[in-house]
Amino acid sequence: MPPSAIDGTLLFALAPFVAAALGPWLTGLIGSRAGWILAIVPALLFAHFTTMIPAVAHGDVLAASVPWVSAFGVDYSIRVDGLSLVFALLITGIGALIVIYAGGYLKGHAHQGRFFSFILMFMGAMLGLVLADDLISLFIFWELTSITSFLLIGFDHTRAAARRAALQALVITGGGGLALLAGFLVLMSATGASSMSEVLALGDAVRDSGLYVPILILVLAGAFSKSAQVPLHSWLPNAMEAPTPVSAYLHSATMVKAGVYLLMRMNPALGDTALWTTILPIFGGATFLVGMILAVKNTDLKQILAYTTVASLGLLVMLTGIGTKLAIEGAVLYLIAHALFKGGLFMVAGTIDHETGTREITGLGGLRRAMPVTFAAAALACLSMAGLPPMIGFVAKEVLYDGVWQAGGLSIALLVGLVGNTLMFAVAAILIIKPFFGRKTETPKHAHEGPPSLWLGPLTLSVLALASALLLHDTTHYFVVPMASAVYGAPLSIDLHLIPTKISAPVVLTVITIASGIGLVMVFSALRAAFAGLVNGIGWGPDRGFDQVLRSLVFLASGLSDILQPGRMKGYVMITFVVTAATLLIPMWVFGEWPRFTFTWPDAPFYFWVVFAIAAVSLWAVLVSATRLIAIVTLGIQGTMVAIIFMLYGAPDLSFTQFMVEVLSVIILALVMTRLNLSPSDHRSWGTRLRDGTVAIACGAGFALLLIAVVEQPFDPRLSDFFAEYSRVIAHGRNIVNVIIVDFRALDTLGEISVVMTAGLAILALIRLRSRHRRFDPTRPDLDDGESLKEAARDA
Amino acid sequence: METVFAVLVGIFFASGIYLMLSRRTVRILLGIVILSNGVNLLIFTAGRLTVAVPPVIPQHLPTPENIVANPLPQALILTAIVISFSLFAFLLVLSYRAFQDLGTDDVDEMRDAEPAERRLPPMEY
Repeated sequence: MPPSAIDGTLLFALAPFVAAALGPWLTGLIGSRAGWILAIVPALLFAHFTTMIPAVAHGDVLAASVPWVSAFGVDYSIRVDGLSLVFALLITGIGALIVIYAGGYLKGHAHQGRFFSFILMFMGAMLGLVLADDLISLFIFWELTSITSFLLIGFDHTRAAARRAALQALVITGGGGLALLAGFLVLMSATGASSMSEVLALGDAVRDSGLYVPILILVLAGAFSKSAQVPLHSWLPNAMEAPTPVSAYLHSATMVKAGVYLLMRMNPALGDTALWTTILPIFGGATFLVGMILAVKNTDLKQILAYTTVASLGLLVMLTGIGTKLAIEGAVLYLIAHALFKGGLFMVAGTIDHETGTREITGLGGLRRAMPVTFAAAALACLSMAGLPPMIGFVAKEVLYDGVWQAGGLSIALLVGLVGNTLMFAVAAILIIKPFFGRKTETPKHAHEGPPSLWLGPLTLSVLALASALLLHDTTHYFVVPMASAVYGAPLSIDLHLIPTKISAPVVLTVITIASGIGLVMVFSALRAAFAGLVNGIGWGPDRGFDQVLRSLVFLASGLSDILQPGRMKGYVMITFVVTAATLLIPMWVFGEWPRFTFTWPDAPFYFWVVFAIAAVSLWAVLVSATRLIAIVTLGIQGTMVAIIFMLYGAPDLSFTQFMVEVLSVIILALVMTRLNLSPSDHRSWGTRLRDGTVAIACGAGFALLLIAVVEQPFDPRLSDFFAEYSRVIAHGRNIVNVIIVDFRALDTLGEISVVMTAGLAILALIRLRSRHRRFDPTRPDLDDGESLKEAARDA
Repeated sequence: METVFAVLVGIFFASGIYLMLSRRTVRILLGIVILSNGVNLLIFTAGRLTVAVPPVIPQHLPTPENIVANPLPQALILTAIVISFSLFAFLLVLSYRAFQDLGTDDVDEMRDAEPAERRLPPMEY
């Protein structure tokens, strides 16, 4: 592999996004045949990745990088080793088949182009996720898969169930993604590493770090939510609301394995601690068993497959947690086997649904003659799922039994594996026997074989599941060894045989599994009824819990809105001023920054004091005045006092304007308000007055203290000096205040005039507006405030 | 002297806010006028006080001769006075029209835009 090719991969990996942009246009042009064309993109990518197989099998790690957000040290970088290469091949290979399948499955659907767009977008995101080396870009691709998954689950957005499932998936996997981000950030700050390569090169540094436990828990939260581990599994079965190609691709073969991928990827850095080898097998084992029980309980083909997917993910997590060489080999083999048989089986389920109109396993039968090719594909896939020779699933099961046995002998993990695998065998048997054998049943549509686009995918995957087992030596050399070595963190040498060479523990366990599995198939109806009774008896699950959480969230939000948005003006004003008072007083109190109060009795002429006193008394009079008229008149007095204060302190312009405005205000107020027959006095109870008074005084005191604190600071005269110095020299005006208004800050004044004009227009509109239901007939309806406003504006 | 002003500003704010907390539109209006005056005095005081020397440059000089009053807060306040008067005029006409249409000057009774009964939030997906 020449070194430049991996640099090209940086670009090629983004090709699905380009295809996603072209998808709707192409579908509009040539209809559902666009699937065959669009599949070329993942097929070419698949071919591109196959060229890397020899180098990676040789033990090379291919890497390339370009800076992305260099300010934050984020790169767009890729790293191809055994683990990411197998994932990339699964994503592009199965992706090509899925795009072809979707062309046939959604033929004639009004939004088929949109579907192609979403699924190719997902493909790009997933590819980016498994190739990413930089932690932040890995997170971004991770969340992008959650978002595209949301769009695909909610593809049939007119159904409430699809909307709910989409939201649930987004909340759970998106939330897990945020936990992952937090985990990565802690990891980055603890170790200084910003990429996967650096983290893996650190050796024991992460495990010895004091932040190991929070890092582990956050990363596990992300991985478990994505890979649907109990109790976060409920979104995966619900995601079956999506069209079947989505279920086959995202929710069995690729996206749900992202969590497992992450665990495998970080195993060399985070794994092999007591915490890791405890938490992962517990959650994985629980998920394996719960998934299998629910799979047996269900009768909908897609639901059965979804729960067996949950179970398989649990098994993978359990094996990764055990972490011995053999356990990891088992996990790697099982991951490959699962992607091949489950992706195929989902497509088979979709074909059956498409061609017969039902997915209820109890209503299906005898399809093997009507759909021979689909039957062949399903049969091979079910053999692999059941763990029977000569399929890759058989090899995987042998190795994982060996791994669990050698790790702990007769342990709980072994028991869990045995029970789960037996149930898996039974479910696989039922999946092939019930729909395809027996008497042919009446179905909503007359059953017949689907078009090539529908059987090509499952058949290819099933044949691969067979071929990979028959060519086990090459499979091991090119895929299993490189991937397992990457997960284990050290080169492994593995020798696998399709046919067991001696009677060992795994062979005995397999015999037990098959024997008891056949027994369970015999009594499957009773088993299903028993498990249904068990699940119904519990009566509560995380799925219902999700509803309860969302409901309480909505109620909380609604209750909070009722408090914050009561629809009463008094409430808003009250909150505003309470917050204002708190903002003013609390920091002074907390930081002890009260003013120093270096008060000297000011030397001022007695008439200054008279003006202050009149202002204060008139304010008091406004508050307590019994009639409105007195209030208005005393309002005028305080305004006039303010005008006089301006006059005394060298501000004649202010004084003049204030005086004009005050006079106008009083006249207009008196004219308008005395025409309304309003009740004269304030209607506040003493309790309310006390409360309002407290808030008002707190605010007043706050502002007074703030002002004292401000004037205690030394004065910064730079701006004022600038105006004084230049107002005559460059602006040719002697009245500095006027020069500031019309020259230095002319734009401000323009804004001010606009405000005045807008207010005038609004007033005009209000006056002209016809009353909807006039309850009061004023004697003078056309009060012209616009005129008086313009007058005031001229004064200014 | 600034401390005395600060106390006066405090009184202005307290009176204005107390009136604004009323339910009657007229009293709210009075409160807004008083609050505006308080804010203007606050800005005025924060620019420091200078007795009786307007910021005007004498005929024969390029810059002011002695210390003059700070012109900057004056310019700001001049703008503020006019804008608060616009606001006042608008609110006055608004409350007048509200009284005409709704027959009340009590803001708690002006609930035409509020939902009639408390509705539960939407619970479906």
